[in-house]
Amino acid sequence: MSQHMIETEAAVQAAMKRQAEKSAVFLRQDRIFAGITFSFAALVLLVLFGILVSLMIQAWPAISEFGLSFFYSTTWSPSTGEFGAGIAIWGTLATSLIALLIGVPISFGIAMFLTESCPVWMRRPLGTAIELLAGVPSIIYGFWGLFIFAPLVQEYIQPWMISWLGDPFFAGPPLGLGVFTAGLVLALMIIPFIASVMRDVFETVPAVLKESAYGIGCTRWEVIRNIVLPYTRVGVIGGIMLGLGRALGETMAVTFVIGNANRFALNLFAPGNSIASTLANEFAEADATLHIPALFGLGLILFIITFVVLSASEWLIKQGERKAGGR
Amino acid sequence: MSEFLSDQGINAALKVRNLDFYYGDFKGLKSVSMDIAEKKVTAFIGPSGCGKSTLLRTFNRMYDLYPGQRAEGEIIFHGSNTLDKGYDLNLLRARVGMVFQKPTPFPMSIYENIAFGVRLYENLSRADMDNRVQWALEQAALWTEVKDKLHQSGLSLSGGQQQRLCIARGVAVKPDVLLLDEPTSALDPISTAKIEELVFELKSTYTIAIVTHNMQQAARVSDYTAYMYLGELMEFGVTDELFMKPKRKETEDYITGRFG
Repeated sequence: MSQHMIETEAAVQAAMKRQAEKSAVFLRQDRIFAGITFSFAALVLLVLFGILVSLMIQAWPAISEFGLSFFYSTTWSPSTGEFGAGIAIWGTLATSLIALLIGVPISFGIAMFLTESCPVWMRRPLGTAIELLAGVPSIIYGFWGLFIFAPLVQEYIQPWMISWLGDPFFAGPPLGLGVFTAGLVLALMIIPFIASVMRDVFETVPAVLKESAYGIGCTRWEVIRNIVLPYTRVGVIGGIMLGLGRALGETMAVTFVIGNANRFALNLFAPGNSIASTLANEFAEADATLHIPALFGLGLILFIITFVVLSASEWLIKQGERKAGGR
Repeated sequence: MSEFLSDQGINAALKVRNLDFYYGDFKGLKSVSMDIAEKKVTAFIGPSGCGKSTLLRTFNRMYDLYPGQRAEGEIIFHGSNTLDKGYDLNLLRARVGMVFQKPTPFPMSIYENIAFGVRLYENLSRADMDNRVQWALEQAALWTEVKDKLHQSGLSLSGGQQQRLCIARGVAVKPDVLLLDEPTSALDPISTAKIEELVFELKSTYTIAIVTHNMQQAARVSDYTAYMYLGELMEFGVTDELFMKPKRKETEDYITGRFG
């Protein structure tokens, strides 16, 4: 009996030794695996800093030449060699803001309809249509915007807005092309993104939570306003920021319809320029002394704006979580 | 048959008549007829999938949120058929409250969880609202536990407290009927006991319909019990009688644990 037990113990010891050898191999493989994945992740940081640093180095001649005024001056004149980013910054921010003001409420309505009141047979086709719209290449939006949409805006929307809203943002003459039209086209482009993100996050709300709210007599709007929105705040902000990020950097469509004029005007119906459209228009014939550094400077500013937008959204989300508390 | 309590001079809060229910093509309820007695507790028991939750969800037409689900027949509430197409669902749900299997506090403070529903239909002053919130929490036996943290998130409470918060929320709008869909199945025994006591207290004011998997619970809290099987109402009667001397073999098999 005891003989048998000792033999068994020896057998277990032998088995453990074999396993220990194996497990040493596993450990080594695991370390290698962790190292490889780390190097992939490090690549992200490397690229990010690489871009930032090279933008700064390339932009330096322009920034040192014009000083801080490079960031706000509204003179952009390649012929006289004077460069300031004011026009492009204004164009980028104004078009993106218009896009958000128009795009967010519409996207919200679409998402609300899709999750709360859409008849079943319509749900899939409509969802697919939105995804298709998101997949339309921006060159098509630009082309369509220039030849079809801008003339419509010029003929039907702008005259009406000029007579009803007027100075300082909506002053004549109606040109069709300009900051306002670029904002409209951007709105159309970001709606599918924001709407599909909102729909996805609305669908994450547990059915019982919505039922509880309907169960005390809430209407659809009350359920959305008081239950769905607070529950999905983070995702909704994320969706809006995704749209904003796209709007800020959108190049092709904006270049087609913004008018490409380097004149500063508060008037949104006037032709203008955004950072991205200036870069796209001018990189080919820029000379190396100051023009190219100035374009790099614009790129740096766009980079910074995007970074600020992202940080602001993170901050908003954090604030929201703190306010909800106790989670 | 004793389904029609109203024929025996007992007031019925809800009269169910020839109710059929469909999930698409599947028939979930087959010609159910019964009365839910006013200010009494009616328990629904039966194996999973027998239709007891389905029946409960017809009482406030919660199924209406889901396409493909429909009910035919009549459910008479204050003299009109709630299944009628034009029936005001928001009003119905304000009069027929529901508490779910899992606690579902809204993502807001304890105070707001209760005030929210009240505000939908009543315009109370600050002081009146404070009173109503306190009253509802007292009704749900939760006031002493939360009175110092009314402005903390409802999600910060324990599971049992959350469930009582949901009951308080249901009570706060002063409904006629409270529907409890397995309200204790996610709770520990102590919280369960508290909820059962609460049900006993609440029936002096409200008509209560409770779905439960726990037959002892049905026996402890209810005045009337309905045994359901495969979408049919098999037996319905005074709880003590149904448990002591069931009329049907199937009921007896189920309550003695030989089946289900």
